[in-house]
Amino acid sequence: MGRLEGLQDWEVKANDLIKAYPDRKASLLPLLHLSQEFWGCINEDVIDLISKKLKLTPSYVYGVASFYTMYHFERKGKIHIRICTNVSCQIKGAEEILKKLEEKLGIKEGGVSEDGKISIEKVECLGACDRAPVVMVNDHYEGPVDLEWVEKIVSQ
Amino acid sequence: MMEPILTKFVSDPESYTLKGYLKNWGFEGLKKALKMKPEDIIEEVKASGLRGRGGAGFPTGLKWSFVPKDFPGPKYIVINADEGEPGTFKDKVIIEKEPFMLLEGIAIAALAIGAEDAFIYIRGEFVEGARVLGNAIKEAEEEGYLGKNYLNSGKNLYVRITRGAGAYICGEETGLIESLEGKRGHPRLRPPFPATKGFLGKPTVVNNVETLSCLPHIISKGAQWFSSIGSNPKNSGTKLFPVSGDVKKPGVYEAPLGIPLKQLIEDYAGGFDGKPRAIIPGGVSAPVLDERDFEIPMDFDSLLNAKSMLGSGAIIVLNEKRCLFRSALRIVSFFAEESCGQCSPCREGTRWLELIMERIREGEGREGDLELMKDIASGMIGTTICVLSDGCAMSLLSFIEKFEEEFKMHIGEGKCQNW
Repeated sequence: MGRLEGLQDWEVKANDLIKAYPDRKASLLPLLHLSQEFWGCINEDVIDLISKKLKLTPSYVYGVASFYTMYHFERKGKIHIRICTNVSCQIKGAEEILKKLEEKLGIKEGGVSEDGKISIEKVECLGACDRAPVVMVNDHYEGPVDLEWVEKIVSQ
Repeated sequence: MMEPILTKFVSDPESYTLKGYLKNWGFEGLKKALKMKPEDIIEEVKASGLRGRGGAGFPTGLKWSFVPKDFPGPKYIVINADEGEPGTFKDKVIIEKEPFMLLEGIAIAALAIGAEDAFIYIRGEFVEGARVLGNAIKEAEEEGYLGKNYLNSGKNLYVRITRGAGAYICGEETGLIESLEGKRGHPRLRPPFPATKGFLGKPTVVNNVETLSCLPHIISKGAQWFSSIGSNPKNSGTKLFPVSGDVKKPGVYEAPLGIPLKQLIEDYAGGFDGKPRAIIPGGVSAPVLDERDFEIPMDFDSLLNAKSMLGSGAIIVLNEKRCLFRSALRIVSFFAEESCGQCSPCREGTRWLELIMERIREGEGREGDLELMKDIASGMIGTTICVLSDGCAMSLLSFIEKFEEEFKMHIGEGKCQNW
């Protein structure tokens, strides 16, 4: 098992989350979010840690985590771009923007640039269709974005 | 244009603070509800005609009345803030700009069913919304509007926030409950309904953000006032309409239920951008409308009569330059991606429809593809635990029915010039 940095800090926050729910297992999604914030992804060590904490099997924790698209099993880039391509964004050119991003970075959606700086992920509706085509850069919404925006973000 | 209710003060820069909310609204509804018997609150909400704003349009007071009154143990309020229906971005406005209106609504609902614990399930991407709500809960607790013995009422109410993690199906109320319990978001077979066996097996009411935010106004101004707004007493109140696609000013607009679709676009959303050809009236699960229905009153029953639905009220306008086969395929792909996989007709049907349409897109359409798609889609209706499957099938069938020539053209030629 590898080392998880900041484990003590995590324990304190995890205990608070567990206490907030009438049932231990109900804190699973919050603990997965917390862990991803701490360590960037949900790797085997994290799954082991959570399963012990909540007295669940690792396979159960993995089964739940893998149901949800926001939990990652590998680290994403420092700048993680989520791009919506659903109807309202599609008609406003989201697929062309995605294609341009892939070309410029030399990676496919779902991938991370070689230097680990940028990753792209094609996602379903982000709930901000008035800003179509809309993307999320880490936790922030940006939009409407265009091909010029791609140049800007790639050069960062 | 009538004065908005829920969004009246959203441009006030202080609207999201307790100070701003006290100045603008003042918890009048909750104060009044605290003097009422629970059954009177339920009757008032029933009389208002309020129907769920999340998608199903079920009468809110009736939903509450199914909760057993004498249940010996905790009951729960769960707030559906998982806004994920493509085209929908209305609850976010309330969450970020009027979080105290939502909290007041939650408190009123909790009084009605006798709950002390509320769980807000907010979609994972709404990081900012979760932060604003978290601050609002903290502030409300510190100032005695929530928590133990709030407003010296002898009542307690504890509100917590759980973030979702990117699964559309968790907007379905039983999928949401499963997720809240720390499981995969697989919808449950009903009965039992959540009102008798919901979160952790206890009686639970799941209400949408916008639905709950109507409550302070209904209680403070009265059911009669609310039911006088809108088409008729069964389609009452205002509705938040998120409008996107080919309109000049996409955004969230509050208008009375029953406003004609075209008028809504012209008076509120700056008008159409280009000549409209197809309009999705309630998120992508809602069957598409063609020009014959562009004057339709935007309410629950009028849209049902037109074989569509109001859903979340999310309007997506597609103009004559858009390839409707492409939009229909994108919607099918969405459902294929989001199917939870429990039921075969949905898991397999959504994927097969997608594969067939992708083949057509690549110029390999075959004679009989239209019938094949219709056959698969009709087998996906009424055959599964939840209505995700129905949503996919009914959307596609409506596109085929209303724009059959366009589908035939694609089957013959693959992509069109508007792709």
